[in-house]
Amino acid sequence: MLSFIIRRLAVAIPTLLFLVVLSYLIMYAAPGGPFDMERPLPPAIMANLEAKYGLDKPLVVQMFNYVWNVVVHFDFGPSFIYKDQTVNDIIAQGFPVTLTYGFWSFVVASVVGMSLGILAAVYHNSWLDYLAVGISVGAQVLPNFVMAPILVLVFTLWLGWLPGGGWQGGQWQYIVMPVIALSTSFMASIARLTRSSMLEVLNANYIRTARAKGLPMRRVIFRHALKPALLPVISYLGPAFVGMITGSVVIDMYFSTGGIGVFFVNSALNRDYSVIMGITILTGALTVLFNLVVDILYAWIDPKIRY
Amino acid sequence: MLLNRKAAADLASADMAPAIEGRSLWADARIRFFRNKAAVAGLVVLILVALFAAFGSHLSAWSNEEVDWSVLGQVETMGKPSLFGGPAGDRPHFFGTDELGRDLFARTVQGTQISLMVGLIGALIAVFVGTIYGATAGYYGGRTDSVMMRIVDVLMSVPYMFVLILLLVVFGRSVLMLFVGIGLISWLDMARIARGQTLSIKNKEFVEAAHAIGVRPSTIIRRHIVPNLLGVVIVYATLLVPSMIIYESFISFLGLGVQEPNTSWGALISQGASQMQYGTLWMLGFPLFFFVITLFAFFFVGDGLRDALDPKDR
Repeated sequence: MLSFIIRRLAVAIPTLLFLVVLSYLIMYAAPGGPFDMERPLPPAIMANLEAKYGLDKPLVVQMFNYVWNVVVHFDFGPSFIYKDQTVNDIIAQGFPVTLTYGFWSFVVASVVGMSLGILAAVYHNSWLDYLAVGISVGAQVLPNFVMAPILVLVFTLWLGWLPGGGWQGGQWQYIVMPVIALSTSFMASIARLTRSSMLEVLNANYIRTARAKGLPMRRVIFRHALKPALLPVISYLGPAFVGMITGSVVIDMYFSTGGIGVFFVNSALNRDYSVIMGITILTGALTVLFNLVVDILYAWIDPKIRY
Repeated sequence: MLLNRKAAADLASADMAPAIEGRSLWADARIRFFRNKAAVAGLVVLILVALFAAFGSHLSAWSNEEVDWSVLGQVETMGKPSLFGGPAGDRPHFFGTDELGRDLFARTVQGTQISLMVGLIGALIAVFVGTIYGATAGYYGGRTDSVMMRIVDVLMSVPYMFVLILLLVVFGRSVLMLFVGIGLISWLDMARIARGQTLSIKNKEFVEAAHAIGVRPSTIIRRHIVPNLLGVVIVYATLLVPSMIIYESFISFLGLGVQEPNTSWGALISQGASQMQYGTLWMLGFPLFFFVITLFAFFFVGDGLRDALDPKDR
């Protein structure tokens, strides 16, 4: 097991380095710098600014300094646009919000999706099955940026039940719609995956044996069928996580929740390089870490995988 | 396997009774596809949407940039969809106008063109690059394979949407950059799928035979491996188009993709959503309708093709 984890880390670390180098090179190749204004700054001031942010050094040195600061000090440097804030400040401000509704979306998508899939498979070809299939087919054409306006239209403008945006320290009324909007399409995918793999497992010989022994259906499902049926679902959790991190940008923009997505888009529009890079690297690191956890979980559950 | 046996049986019977015409694998697949009602309905919808994108601009009296000054400032009442003559007299706005008085029908046509184009180009790049990349990796195997697939692994675990936005910010927000960015990521899954299929094909007798008579590896890949991948590739490419459309719409929804006066479904949905508190729901409704039916149609056609071309799954 340990050697498996080490081998996976050997892939994960170069991935992160690649991401850092790639985004740094893209930034470096960018026409126009963060201090380009409508009226060009005097050369002396420009030189001072570049010296302050270390932009006058050669590319390799800049990159090394950046990576060193990020890895050793966990310091993403100052923001180029908001002079009084560092990238760390911005992340500290927005990240807890994103994490809060991201966590709930993940829970809702997995729990609802899996339950729907299991119910559909157990009651195969019943109205419950058709309902679950209908929901999951419908939900796959409803990505977060389509769900968000529809939810606001129905629950804020027509029914007036929920506030159309804001965060207010994370009261539940403000979390409900972001969570539904973010989780719907992933819930649908998880439900479809669970249903098809559960159907396959339920037709297996050992399930027939278990039923022939006279075990109650509940026990057959939970003790025998569930674990192998959920394996493909677990491997989908990695991509689902990436999708939710990405989707959070839309949620933050649309619901004004104040997560990192707003900062990402605003700094993309303002060319605030250090903030974009900081957020890109942070999400990249999270993605890699999460995929690692999923892989280890998978290897631990599935006896077929040898490491 | 079943198909091969069936084809072989067809051949054998054709030998004995020349009157019976043999059916190719593709003909078989076509028959199976057209038996699937949902898939055929999807195909019809796709053709209609494509016709709408191609010829819609001739139906409207307005261009997508023209402003109807007579509705400006009173879009809620004057800019409503109408089939016959609007406030301007004989030039109706079929889908109403947007908040700036531009004809929404013309803009939806234009958005449909861009969204469909992004989807198709993304899928085409995936088909070409992904298939060749995956087939090469799978056929050569060994170290070449592990290096090539490790590269794909690394690229896949990068949160590409952020990198794509980075690219758009740095090199300017244009449709061309959007194509480049989407092309960069779209082939990864395809490469994996093509590789997996190649691994199972390359041990078949016909490849061995080609190898034995001294055919070069690049020719084997081109002549013997890739044609046998086509079924899977087509199915996956059909399912890839909607996800490319979703990516593009996602970015345009954030205002980082297609720029004015051009537009796309994502940009239109975003604009419509920002106006809906004024009761001008048609601005959200029409683009959303086209977005949803097209995605549905692609999913149904993709599922139908999978059932038709991939006998394993039946």
